[in-house]
Order: sequence, then structure tokens, then C-alpha cells
Amino acid sequence: MSRIAARFAALKKEGRGALIPFLEAWDPVEATSKALLRGMPGAGADLIEIGMPFTDPMADGPIIQAAARRGLLAGVKVRFILDMVREFRTGDQATPIVLMGYLNPILSYGPRKFCEDAAKAGVDGLIIVDLPTEEADLLLPHTAANGIDFIRLVAPTTDDARMPHVLNGSSGFVYYVSITGITGTRSASSADLAAAIPRIRRVTDLPIAIGFGVRTPAQAAEASRVADAAVVASALIDTLAGNLDADGKAKPGTVEKVLAQVKALADGVRG
Amino acid sequence: MNQAIPPAAMNSLRSGPTERGRFGDYGGRFVAETLMPIVLAVEQAYAEAKHDPKFQQDLAWHLTHYVGRPSPLWFAERLTKRLGGAKIYFKRDELNHTGSHKANNCMGQILLARRMGKTRIIAETGAGQHGVATATMCALFGLPCTVYMGATDVARQAPNVFRMKLLGAEVVPVTSGAGTLKDAMNEAMRDWVANVNDTFYIIGTVAGPHPYPMMVRDFQSVIGEEAKVQMREAEGRLPDACVACIGGGSNAMGLFHPFLDDTAVRLIGVEAGGHGIDTGEHAASLTGGRPGVLHGNRTYLLQDDDGQIIEAHSISAGLDYPGIGPEHSWLHDIGRVEYVSATDNEALDAFQLCTRTEGIIPALEPAHALAYVTKLAPTMDADKIILMNLCGRGDKDVATVAAHMGVTL
Repeated sequence: MSRIAARFAALKKEGRGALIPFLEAWDPVEATSKALLRGMPGAGADLIEIGMPFTDPMADGPIIQAAARRGLLAGVKVRFILDMVREFRTGDQATPIVLMGYLNPILSYGPRKFCEDAAKAGVDGLIIVDLPTEEADLLLPHTAANGIDFIRLVAPTTDDARMPHVLNGSSGFVYYVSITGITGTRSASSADLAAAIPRIRRVTDLPIAIGFGVRTPAQAAEASRVADAAVVASALIDTLAGNLDADGKAKPGTVEKVLAQVKALADGVRG
Repeated sequence: MNQAIPPAAMNSLRSGPTERGRFGDYGGRFVAETLMPIVLAVEQAYAEAKHDPKFQQDLAWHLTHYVGRPSPLWFAERLTKRLGGAKIYFKRDELNHTGSHKANNCMGQILLARRMGKTRIIAETGAGQHGVATATMCALFGLPCTVYMGATDVARQAPNVFRMKLLGAEVVPVTSGAGTLKDAMNEAMRDWVANVNDTFYIIGTVAGPHPYPMMVRDFQSVIGEEAKVQMREAEGRLPDACVACIGGGSNAMGLFHPFLDDTAVRLIGVEAGGHGIDTGEHAASLTGGRPGVLHGNRTYLLQDDDGQIIEAHSISAGLDYPGIGPEHSWLHDIGRVEYVSATDNEALDAFQLCTRTEGIIPALEPAHALAYVTKLAPTMDADKIILMNLCGRGDKDVATVAAHMGVTL
């Protein structure tokens, strides 16, 4: 069983949903993002999403755009992110790691080589924002061959007729983009979520994570209750960005502040 | 990967793209799932409109009576004598309403948006030509319009910014990246994701997710179709070479597409060489880039070794883009179109030459095409013919050119 499947199975026995915090690689520098990654499982992260910076993050709002810019400024490369996961795996074999990013850096690396190297490094899943089902054959043979879950995105605009097409052959979990919009801008209402999640459940047995607009412990608790997991990104990056010094480096105590926020979110999810 | 011509296109280079929106390996629909349904809806609506005589009649009527088509074909006699070689003809698309070829496409897309019942229009713009054309059509049809424009371009194309505002459009300066066309397109995509239910995105060039590269090409092909008829009237034959500038490549695609199967006609696209290809500061995606995915399509891009997009540079805001339409990438790979480049300085020289020799102030974009024509014409015999697309007028660039000439206005 994959790490993702195993983790969701274990949480189901516990009777609760998952918290999936997000960090952007090399934001603001290598050491800070590595410290965050190391600290997240202890703070209550059930899975971890690592953002791979891209110059043109078309689905992201200002907060994650800025994080990507800081990461690129700090000199991050795709291979460094795989090294980061490999390093993390020396101390943690259980927490699933999902990389989230845009297609071009992966194309540039080589889709086959990327999936091979990512699997070896200990990556469990990929979320590629600009690779819809229509174009997924570019990557799917390689994710499948290397045991990596290609996580599908479902949006409020994905209607019932389209849903089976989008989820055909999916694995790992389903990522529900809960608003029509970019990251870090607004949140879905409880009524929206209550209507949307059953639409997905009718088509798949996979766990469903809710992302975009999940910011507070209460929202994370609701998302993980209505669905199976809550992804929190912009709220954590907001905290990080608010604690940078004049040189753009993290002030002392910043990592602890972000991890305390992860802990509060995890407590929310645990009820 | 397969570089071959799709089977359906064995007898014609004009039958692309495939059902997946591919020209060879290029094109496609690389957008977020949130946008996929609307992209598919636009594709379906356009497929229906394309074969609906009523839509085509409506478009033709508006092109004739509002845009001012057909645009004239002009024999640039003094320029021909000055350069001493092939006869040079200009396709005068700068005489369209709003001053560039952009009106052809905007008229087509806004009629489609109305047909789809969309009530709000967004667009990206570089030089402001597409923004002005979009704002104009929105004023004509009474639709609210938001135009995204890089902050750098807002500064260097001030007259067009004011023009858009006069026309009732909201102009949003985009400060991310270098604040140019690429960043404007990112921001327009973000707007579209957030307002997908009521909003139609009028993309200004032959790029973006399928069906845009095909649709914009179709709407711009009126340029080449008219030019073919006009050349036969003027000279009794087709030209020996067609030349057009390329940023995203919509005016070039519009001129070239009707000529693709006329293999005796050389087709030459002129990219923006900026400070020179060897300086790395240019906008020549085909000459200095490699294939990748950006803004919904796979195409040649300026990018670094790690797949990060590199900022383009050109004196011309309309060419300042690190990508190019996917059909151009395919035509480049199969060798049907030759792609060359002209630098900022060459374009500035051509701008002044055209102004003084023909009494036509060209936009800096087609000044790049003209810069190449000044090199090409003298190498050809006097009985040869070059057809150049003069795709925009230069009023908007007067301040930029003055600054480069050291003149304070």
C-alpha cells in the first residue's frame, strides 16, 4: 500500500480527517523551508504538500506568488526539491509528501526522469495545476510506472457529466479546489462544501481533500469533517511572510510560529 | 516525440490543429481544471459559429462597416526605389479602426462572447493595441471590460492606456515579473478563473489553450485572404515572399495561413531581437528558446535550464513576450516558415525610413518586419515581389522613438 493510502486508512480507523499543511520550497531560504518540513509531522501534519516554485504561477494569488518568487530568488532548482525530500525521508518514512507545481519545470527536467527521481527520493504524489486530464497522458505513464499518485483536481466548474472523466484512473486522493478563483483569496461556504463533496463521492471512493480558502482551525476542522482532509497553504505562508526581516530572512522564532499554527490547525482537525 | 504532419494534413498545411488542439507537438489545453469546462465550451461554441452562415455574415458586415475592411494593398514605390531590388507591397492593416490588425480578432471574439451569453470581457495587452481594440468593441456592444497590462507597458504606452479608459475600460496595471505582456496574461488568466461563469477572455494573439490559437488565426486570416486577391489584381500573381513581425504571432499567422499551401511563396516571420540575440536580451522564442508549456499551450519559450520562464526584452511592447503561438512552432520545425530577427535599433531605423519615404508612421512592431525587408529586398531581382504586413500604426510609439532619438517632447 502506498504511503498516501496507508495514511488515510489509518486516519479512517482513528475516525478523523487529515491536515495537509503546505510549504513553498526555499521560501525564504533553503534552511527555513527544510526546518519547516522537518517540524511539520511533529506539529500534527498528516501529509505534507511542498510547492515547487515557478515564475508564472497562474492559479495562485499574491501570497503564494510571493512565496514562489522568494524561493526562486533563493536559487531553488527542481533537483534541490527532490534532495530535500530524500533528506526528509532519512528521518520520516511514514508521512506522505506531495509535490505541487506547474508543468514546465517538470517538462524541462524530463517527465520520465522526474518521476523516477521523485519516486526514489520518496515523493508520494504530484499535483500539477496546469495538467488537466485532457493532457495527463504526458505524465501518467511515468507516475504509474514509478508508483507515484497523480492527484486529480476537481473544481466547482467540474460538472457531474465531466466528473467521471476527470477522475478516471485517479489514485491517492482527490483535491477539491473549493472556490472558482486563485489561492488565498476567499473561502467556500459550508453550504457550497456540503453540496460539492457528495457529487465527488458518487464517482470515487478515494479520500477527498479540500483546498483553497482553508485558513483557520475551524475551517480546517469543517473541511476534514465534510471531506477527508484540509489543505492549508496561504494562511501559513502569510505567517512566514509576516516574520521576515529587512533582508527577507526569517526572524528568530519564525519557524516555531508557523509550526505552532500547524499545531493549532491539527488540534482543530482532531476536534 | 512525433514531429510529423498529422495524417489529415497530408495534402494541406492548413488543416490543423487536431481535435486535441495540436499542431504537430505544439498547442494543447494546459489549463487548470477550473478553466477546462469553459475552454471546452468556447471550443464548442466556436465550432458551431464557424459553420453558421449567420455568424459569418454578421462578422463580415461588422468588418466591412465598422473595422473598415478590406484594408488597402499599397505599392511602396519610393521605398522600393530606395532599397533597389524586389517590389515592396504593404498590406495596410494599420488603417483598420483602432489602428492595428487586432480589431479583426476582437470583432470575431466579441461576437462569439455575445453568442455565448457572456456579459463581461477581459483581455491582456502589451502595446495596448489589443487592449484598445477590445475596449472599442466593448464600447460598441455595451459590455464591461477589464484590460490587464504590465506596469512597464502602462508607462511606455501611455496614450493607449488613456484611450482604453476613454472607451470605458478598466485598465489594471500588473506589477508581477517584469510588468510586461507575459505578466498581464497571467493576471488575465487569474481573473478568468475567478469569474469564469459570466466572463469571456478575449486573447489577443494566436496563443493560449485550444481553441484560441486556431480561432484567432481564423479571425486574422482575413488579412492573407484579402492580400491574395489584391496581389492578383495588382500584379497578376502571388508575391515571392511574405514578411510579418512576430510577438505571439497573430498578424503573421493571419497573413501566412492562406499562403501555407502556396509553396512557391516564401514566408518569413521576424522576431524581436532586442539588444541582439547574443546578449540574451531579446524576445526571439524560436531563435533563442526551446519547447515548453506556458499560458495553456506547448510551444517554444524563453526559459532557463530549470524550466523557469525568462523575461523577454524588446523596445516594442507588443513583441515583448517569451513565447510564440504553437502553430508557428510547428511551421518552424517543419521548415515551412523562415524565422529571423531584427534588433531594437534596426527597427528604429526602419521606423524612420518608412515614415520619411512612404509618409506612413508604422508601429514599432511592423518596423521589425520592415527592418528585415530592408535587408531582403536588395538581394532580390526587381521583378520579384515582397508583401509585408504593416499591422499597426505608430502614433502610440512616438514618445518612445523620441526618447531614443534624444528628443524631449
